[in-house]
Parts: sequence; structure tokens; C-alpha cells
Amino acid sequence: MVRKGEWVRIHKNILEPSERAPQVPEDTKKVPLEMWDKGYLQEDAELGGQVKIITVTGREEEGTLIEVNPYYEHDFGKFVPELLVISKQVRDILFGGDRS
Amino acid sequence: MKEKDYQSVMGRKAEIMLKSVGIDYSKFESGSIAFDYEKMMRETGYTLEEMQNIQYSVNVGNTPILELKNLTALARKFAPEGKGARIFIKDEACNPSGSFKARRAANAVYHAKRLGYKGVIAATSGNYGAAVASQAAIAGLKCIIVQECYDSKGVGQPEIIEKARKCEALGAEVVQLSVGPELFYKFLLLLEETEYFNASLYTPFGIAGVETLGYEISMQFREKYGKDPDAVVCTNAGGGNLTGTARGLAKAGAAPTIIGASVNLSGLHMASDGQFNKKSFTTGHTGFGMPFSSWPDRSDVPRSAARPLRYMDRYVTIAQGEVFYMTEALASLEGLEKGPAGNTALAAAFSIAQEMDQDQTIIVQETEYTGAGKHIQPQISFAKDNGIEVFFGDPKDEVPGKNIIFPSHPSLIKVKDVDLDHMRKSLIKTAVNTYQVTPTEADIKFLAEETKTDAAFVKEVLKSL
Repeated sequence: MVRKGEWVRIHKNILEPSERAPQVPEDTKKVPLEMWDKGYLQEDAELGGQVKIITVTGREEEGTLIEVNPYYEHDFGKFVPELLVISKQVRDILFGGDRS
Repeated sequence: MKEKDYQSVMGRKAEIMLKSVGIDYSKFESGSIAFDYEKMMRETGYTLEEMQNIQYSVNVGNTPILELKNLTALARKFAPEGKGARIFIKDEACNPSGSFKARRAANAVYHAKRLGYKGVIAATSGNYGAAVASQAAIAGLKCIIVQECYDSKGVGQPEIIEKARKCEALGAEVVQLSVGPELFYKFLLLLEETEYFNASLYTPFGIAGVETLGYEISMQFREKYGKDPDAVVCTNAGGGNLTGTARGLAKAGAAPTIIGASVNLSGLHMASDGQFNKKSFTTGHTGFGMPFSSWPDRSDVPRSAARPLRYMDRYVTIAQGEVFYMTEALASLEGLEKGPAGNTALAAAFSIAQEMDQDQTIIVQETEYTGAGKHIQPQISFAKDNGIEVFFGDPKDEVPGKNIIFPSHPSLIKVKDVDLDHMRKSLIKTAVNTYQVTPTEADIKFLAEETKTDAAFVKEVLKSL
């Protein structure tokens, strides 16, 4: 159970594949146009339920409840060994190997 | 109750735009191909002094110019005798939101507040969102940013996700969408629902906001080095960066060579769900740079104030692997971690400096912030996760969407020149096809200005159509 007033994330399709604009490429036409937004939950609900939220600008949006207290997980990525090669190469060329 | 289906909403586009931008663009139209660009900039924009005052009052502008002595020395290692211009950057990452876009946003938000709007909306997946959110926060206006963010599997570009975080951190509502140009449909619905101001990237005040950047470059250069720079390189996408900078330089009386630079993403369709996460750059690439330069009036306003072909002396492309290499070199040799936008122009400047004399100067007119999602490491590891091959070799063999080739040696970093005459012809042809008229003398003069050519060039192209 997610309580009224919690900060949540919702999802909804705003255009179904049949409603997509004529100019979009074939692969994009096969999928819906989806939307994600965040706000305060307006009534107690379960994850996966249809809910209403009030966003930070005070607008009402409706959609499927997908997350409570949503947070970001993007980071600095995995180790990229090529960057060490580049760093050493430019220092070697400019300053000579012994000073890198 | 107004209809909310796609066709009905798009049908109300003109009406919604007029209400949300507050500009009657018809005042500048001739009824034929030509429209009065300078009158539009004059009557709806601000003077340079007014813009400086607006920007300085919200801590925007007056960013430092840094000389990149080690990168210059590296470039000279591969340049012919006597060649290798001094390379500089304008450190626009010092602006409140971390990029030059604060200049555009400062003016747009100031204008919105002056006209009494309660909030601002911008459709952008880039730095402009954070800039509008930042300025709206200062002005006490509400802010909604509409982003194209995820593919149909729900996988997002790390750089765009970071921008969403930053916008939210600055108090904005971020409406995230999956891939597709119908983002504009949701954008129009939001404008209609909220009656907020459309802080479009392409309004006269938005573009004029960048003029202070060009003007500052000239003033700072004269003060520090006694002369204007010989060349200015601008990363080019929608064209506003280059247009505003070039106009500001002209207002200072400077006439450097204006060079546009874009990451080469040819072959990738920008509205393709399957190709969305195959690219490692979300802006500053040819997918925006080419269409917006050869036909500017494809934006979210009737007449775009960003018209880069009017100002461009040269347009070059650079490969993704070359920009990544230069980003690492900037960190390793200059002690500066910066984001992809300015580094696109920097990779180009590194190559072009080698064609110029040692006593000449070349400046990259922006840097942007970097961090989680925006750093080259997450961008490159995201590419690897999406099946892109990453290896060392000759970047001229790079195939966008298939591989990223880091130069095996920095001497292999070479810009590719775009055929500007081809783009100019394309603009003239599109103008004639769009308006379906026999061009008048005024149209020919206008098209010559639009393409930085002369009446003879335009007439020659018209004859060939």
C-alpha cells in the first residue's frame, strides 16, 4: 500500500501505435509514445494501480503508479581502459615518457 | 472542452504559439519568401546593453577565457613548420546552470516575467532545460521541462537522465517521454493547460541572449591580447549558439572566421526508437546541425531567430571517437574536466589550429559542466553496453551507430569540411518549394543574406532548379 501524499512516479501511454505521427520511422510507429512524471499521490493506492498525482507545478496527471520515492541511479559508468591509454599517450608525446 | 487527440492539438498550433510566445510573427512577413529578420530581432529583442544588465543581475556571463597551452603545444607537434595557432576556451561552464544556455534562459525568463506569465515551459533534453529551471528558480516562476529521454525498452541516455536530475534539483517539473517528434504534441497540450510562457530556444530574445557571449569574447580578447581572435569555433546543433555568438562579435566590430562544428552522426535517424541509444551524443551533432542549418524554420516557433548559414564561414564535422579523445586530453593535459558540447568544438579547433599560423588565435566559445551520466566514462560504457564496438584506429573509418574509433595517435584528429554551397542551395530550394512563388527581387536579396552569398549566387541556383 502506498499512502496518499507520498512522492511517486507514474507512467502512461499518451499515443498508441495507431495514433503516431505519419512522419515517424517504422520502428518507432510500432511502439506507443510513453510518458513519465512525478508528483504527490492523491489517494492510497497499490503499485501498478491507476492513480492521480499533483506535480511540483501543481498540475494533475494520471497514470500507472510505478515507483515510490523515485531516485536516480545514473553514475560514472564502468571502467573504460581506453581512457588510461589516451591519458598516457598525450603525456608521453608532450612531456616525454619519463615525466608521465 | 477542447479535443485532445493528436490531429486536433496540432491543428491549434498557431493559436497556442501566439498566446505562449507573445510575438505576432506576421508583422515581419512580406507575404513571399522574405521576412524582415533584423526587424524581428530589433522589435522583439533587447539591446546588447539591456541583455548584459539582465544577465549580470542573475549572475550570468562574464565567464573567463582560458588559454590551453599544453593542447596548443601538442597540436604544434603535428603541424607544419610555423603552424599551430594558440587555442583558447571561453569557460561558459561557470554560468549558474553549467553552460552558456543560461544566457538564453536569462532573457527568456526575464521576458516571461515582464509579460506576467506565471511559469515557463521548454522542450529540451539538453543544457537548456537546466538553464531555464535555474533562471525560473531565481525569478520565482514555475517551470516545466519536456524531455525525449527513453527508448521503448525504458532505457535512457545517461546524459539526458542527468539533465532531468539537474532540472528537478532546480525545482522544475520534468515530463519525460519516449522517442518521437510527437513530443511537440505533449508540449502544446502543456502550454494550453498551464498558459505558461513558451521559453523556446528559437525566439529572438533567446538568440539575442547569446550575443553577449560573442561580445564578451571580443572585449576580453582585446583587453588581454590586444586584438580579436582570428577564428571562433561553435558547436552547432539548432544554430542558436553560432548565430548569437556571431551577432555579438559583429556588434563588437570583430570579424573572425566563424566555424561551426558538429559530431558526425550521419546515417542515424533521430526519430528512430531502435537507433536512439546507438548514439553517444545527444546534441551538437549533424542530426540537428544539418537540417537546422539548411532550413531553420523547422523549430517550435514560426520564424526561428537562429539562422546559422547567415554567419557561418566554414562548417566541419568531427567523429565521436575524436571528441572523446580530446575530452580525455583536456583532463590529462590541462586539468579540466568538461562536458561534450564544448569539447566537440575543441576537437575541431585542435585540428584547425594546425592549419593556422602560430601567431594566430582560435577560441572555442563554450564549455559545459560534466558529472555522472555526462562524463565520457558513462557515455563510452553505455555505448559498449548497446553493442557499439570501441577500439583504436583511424577515426575517419568510424561508422556512427556501429563503432566508436579513438584515434590511435592524436595526429589523426582531422576535421572534415561540409560543402557549405550544397547547404546553401538546399536552403534556397526549400524556400522556393515551401512558398511556391516566383522569387521577387526582395526574396533574392533575402536569400543572399540567408546564405551569406550574393544575388548572383542565388540567381544561379534558382536557374538550376
